[in-house]
Amino acid sequence: LGHGSGGELTQRLLRDYIYPHFDNPWIAQGHDSATLPLTNEQLVFSTDSFVITPLFFPGGDIGELAIYGTVNDLAMSGARPRYLSCSLILEEGLSMQTLARVMSSMGKAAAASGVQLVTGDTKVVEKGKGDGLYINTAGIGSVEHGLSIGAHSILPGDLILISGDIGRHGMAVMAKRESLEFEGPLLSDCAPLHEPILALLDAEISVHCLRDLTRGGLATALVELAETGSQQFYVREDDIAICEPVLGACEMLGLDPLYVANEGRFVAFVPAQQAERALAVLAQFSVTANSRVIGAVADGRTPQVILQNSLGCERLLDRLAGEQLPRIC
Amino acid sequence: MNSNTAMTSERWHIAIGGLVQGVGFRPFVYRLAKTCNLSGWVLNDSHGVQIEVQGDRQQLRNFLHKLRKDKPPLARISSLTTESRPPCPETNFRILNSDGDTPPSATILPDLAPCPDCLREMFAPDNRRFRYPFTSCTQCGPRFSIAERLPYDRANTTMRDFPLCESCRIEYEDPQNRRFHAEPNACPTCGPQLQLCDANGRGVAVREDALKQARQAIEAGQIVALKSIGGFQLLVDASNSDAVLRLRARKRRPLKPFALLYPDVESVEQDCSVSDLEKGLLEAQERPIVLLAARGQARRHVAAAVAPDNPNLGVMLPSSPLHHLLIAGLQRPLVATSGNLSGEPICYDNGGAIERLGAIADLFLLHDRSIARPLDDSVVREMDGSPVVLRRARGYAPLPVELPVLPDTFSAGDLLAVGADLKNTAAISRGRAVYVTQHIGDLQNRVAREVFEQAVDDLAGFYRSEPAAVIADLHPAYVSSRWARQRDPQYLGAQHHVAHFFSCMAEHGYRGRALGICWDGTGWGADGIVRGGEFLCWDGREQVQRIAGLRTFPLPGGEGAIREPRRQAAGLLYAVMGERAFAGKFLLEQFSAGERHNLARMFERKINSPLCSSAGRLFDGVAALLGLANAVTFEGQAAMAVEFAAQQSATTRSYPFAINQHDSCRTLDWEPLVAALLQDGEQGVSVPDRARAFHNTLAQMMCAMAVRAGEENIFLSGGVFQNRVLTESAATLLRQEGFRVHCHCVVPPNDGGIALGQIYYARCMAAARTPAEEGSRQCV
Ligand SMILES: [Fe+3]
Ligand SMILES: [Mg+2]
Ligand SMILES: [Zn+2]
Ligand SMILES: [Zn+2]
Repeated sequence: LGHGSGGELTQRLLRDYIYPHFDNPWIAQGHDSATLPLTNEQLVFSTDSFVITPLFFPGGDIGELAIYGTVNDLAMSGARPRYLSCSLILEEGLSMQTLARVMSSMGKAAAASGVQLVTGDTKVVEKGKGDGLYINTAGIGSVEHGLSIGAHSILPGDLILISGDIGRHGMAVMAKRESLEFEGPLLSDCAPLHEPILALLDAEISVHCLRDLTRGGLATALVELAETGSQQFYVREDDIAICEPVLGACEMLGLDPLYVANEGRFVAFVPAQQAERALAVLAQFSVTANSRVIGAVADGRTPQVILQNSLGCERLLDRLAGEQLPRIC
Repeated sequence: MNSNTAMTSERWHIAIGGLVQGVGFRPFVYRLAKTCNLSGWVLNDSHGVQIEVQGDRQQLRNFLHKLRKDKPPLARISSLTTESRPPCPETNFRILNSDGDTPPSATILPDLAPCPDCLREMFAPDNRRFRYPFTSCTQCGPRFSIAERLPYDRANTTMRDFPLCESCRIEYEDPQNRRFHAEPNACPTCGPQLQLCDANGRGVAVREDALKQARQAIEAGQIVALKSIGGFQLLVDASNSDAVLRLRARKRRPLKPFALLYPDVESVEQDCSVSDLEKGLLEAQERPIVLLAARGQARRHVAAAVAPDNPNLGVMLPSSPLHHLLIAGLQRPLVATSGNLSGEPICYDNGGAIERLGAIADLFLLHDRSIARPLDDSVVREMDGSPVVLRRARGYAPLPVELPVLPDTFSAGDLLAVGADLKNTAAISRGRAVYVTQHIGDLQNRVAREVFEQAVDDLAGFYRSEPAAVIADLHPAYVSSRWARQRDPQYLGAQHHVAHFFSCMAEHGYRGRALGICWDGTGWGADGIVRGGEFLCWDGREQVQRIAGLRTFPLPGGEGAIREPRRQAAGLLYAVMGERAFAGKFLLEQFSAGERHNLARMFERKINSPLCSSAGRLFDGVAALLGLANAVTFEGQAAMAVEFAAQQSATTRSYPFAINQHDSCRTLDWEPLVAALLQDGEQGVSVPDRARAFHNTLAQMMCAMAVRAGEENIFLSGGVFQNRVLTESAATLLRQEGFRVHCHCVVPPNDGGIALGQIYYARCMAAARTPAEEGSRQCV
């Protein structure tokens, strides 16, 4: 790939590498902006940029991440993801083969998520000024429910559901990037989450809050929700599933899996009496097949997250300050 | 009314500050005034004791002399002023009621073990307190553990719930009686009672029956949770190996040593060697756990599982009447370990204990006197000829530490220091007094954080203090620092090892130029390096400078590495040899091929492998190199193993080391040491000899740096100085070179002393900014 001039080269790039993967009437218009047929609807709008080394990792790649990341952000409002924009920042020297692979997987991911990629942009930066490829996506979703989903809606007594085991994405990426070797397959959990969430809403579960467990992992997400919602959470360590390879990798690296990033996991806060039904709904989707209750919202006044171990010991979870720094003296 | 008296006599007002409340001071004054034929009154107030006495001048002098000389044994007078007052018509001497309206500054006493008089009564069949487990008087009994507010009056203690019966009231009101205003005074008629419950909290027996069945349960190998002075203890027959192992399994505490409760010093001496100083510590009314060297015979009474691979035993004598009654019937050592879940503060209320310890204890020996705050058993070890408190709680807290006079002392407001995160204590300073909380524990634990907040509120409440500033450690991830930031965004930061240094100077009342050797496990250094082998110089004024430190090495896995000393060893070897370390015997033997691959990547790519200059981690690494510890289950285990090995050798050999200079800071390089230690191993030198030589070398490193620093006064602080072999060899060597060496005594060398150091550091820095003041050089 050479330095883009906005002319012939860019045109060829779009025609040969991008359009083929996103076939829809809006992108086909080739205008600078897309006109969308949205009326009388409550919309949600979200954007995210994706910067990751390596671009390809076990269980996914930057293309899937870019689609699912924004799709999931929309889904966490209980919205149906509809339209996406995509901005590519390509580093001079990026192989066309790599670009083709990423675009192909973006196309598949968009199709799997039922979203239309309707507008986009491409820039090429000088060699050494980017890590091969950066992607920004923004997305619009439509809200078809009347709930107010968010930290402020969390109530004492709510149960906290998690959609599966944790730590896969962060460890898979790190293992690949740093050429670490662990026993057992270490695959990213990268996946779209809107279907199970829409199913929860369809089943009339009064979802109070949803949050995907991306950077900072489960612990950071819970701490943020507890603080924003001014609530106290109790979480049982033994109920948080972590697969063997993730455990082994975290042990070796001295990392706490509670703080490791995920790309296909979320927590849901639901009224206790609906929890079982919610689990039954989630069980129908492979991505959330292993959902379970990990804790509850307590009555306590101090906003904090309390992690109980099997002995009953209670550890307070906090945000990480930079790296995981030793405290033991 | 005899107007004659008034005309010929003088009247003096005497104000006394210090530990003068709850120690029988007022009855003592009353009796003394009567003996000296004086009229007047005595009153407890928030500053201490106020006295007015009137009579013959010679008798007044006599009174004042005896007041100082014959004061009750527990009393400590820190200030005494007299003023003349006009005489008034008056014939008798009275004890007046306390005045609760002025801000309290009098100190609450710690909890004290039963005095000989009370013990005698408890074991006298004709006494009305025969076998009564809540016997106490002004010379003994609970204090801090029952105090809710100042002034220290019954209505302000948890004894409020027990109205005095007629007989007790007479004692309480009689100035001649040992129980005059003994706030916890009680008897079988009116006071607290025992109750025995099963693990579900169902009552099984009461009073004497409860005691008897608890004793039988212990004899039968069961685990009994006993409500002691400052919280619950888990008791089990120390000679019953199965019972001890069951306690270990239920507590999930595989190896960490358990403390023992012995009936008396004589039985302790059968199992341990006890110096005069240690005997004094065992019998002191503070009743700490004393670390003693076990004798071979100890195995007859103490199962190996009590303190596996440990040549020491932690021993205490009965600290309450209940302990006396229980152990008198058993006449054997008992395991008496803190009744808590691992990492939590000790349980101290009945409901909480049954809830949290229900899966551990078979029975609960309870009573209905509430404990106001959890107070763990304190731990003391004799080192370098002095007692060193390793955990400061029951028996010691909340006695203040008195700071040297500083120019800002009275103008500056009170300070609150929040300490470090593990072995946390907090402290509030008011004037020269620093009130340090009891040992609290790990602030990441929810219960510990609650106790921390309560302890801070307690101190502030007792002394009606509204701290003008908050001081915290610089560690950005410390819970305590985050808490400080929330409370006061302007909080002051004190570097960890600077706080260690100043804590040691504070307790010696020292102010002036000095060298601090601060060796511990982990302290935040602003450069991102995990510090812990520090040499600090203070100019007695504003400047504290880091003049040297141990050479750094990577800790693969960060805090996770600390549980695996082999990783620290790998870090040492990698720092020295780089990739070649992986071809060496140690790494080949200690790590699988997969682990070695990942370890190499972690070092190379610096993945969660912070550099450290920590002496504690160096100890861990050497423990692994000596084959003494591969994985540890409790903090300090590996370092202890090296110390215990060194104890078995008397070699005076040492290993080489190097001192490198760059800029203003020197590096103590352990590379030659590690090389020689490994070479010795190949040549078959014994592990104890190598461990001892390692200790000797560290002492020489300290000495070499001290010579270069050239400061006469040297303060040793940090958790590494809980190691007796190292502390004593370093102190001896330094003294031989003419230095004056000061170790910890009143507060622990570990992070339990950080809060005191934070306060003293802030005070000294504030004082240094006050002009025209000569640094006073005083040391006790
Ligand atoms: Fe420390
Ligand atoms: Mg996002
Ligand atoms: Zn007594
Ligand atoms: Zn009574």
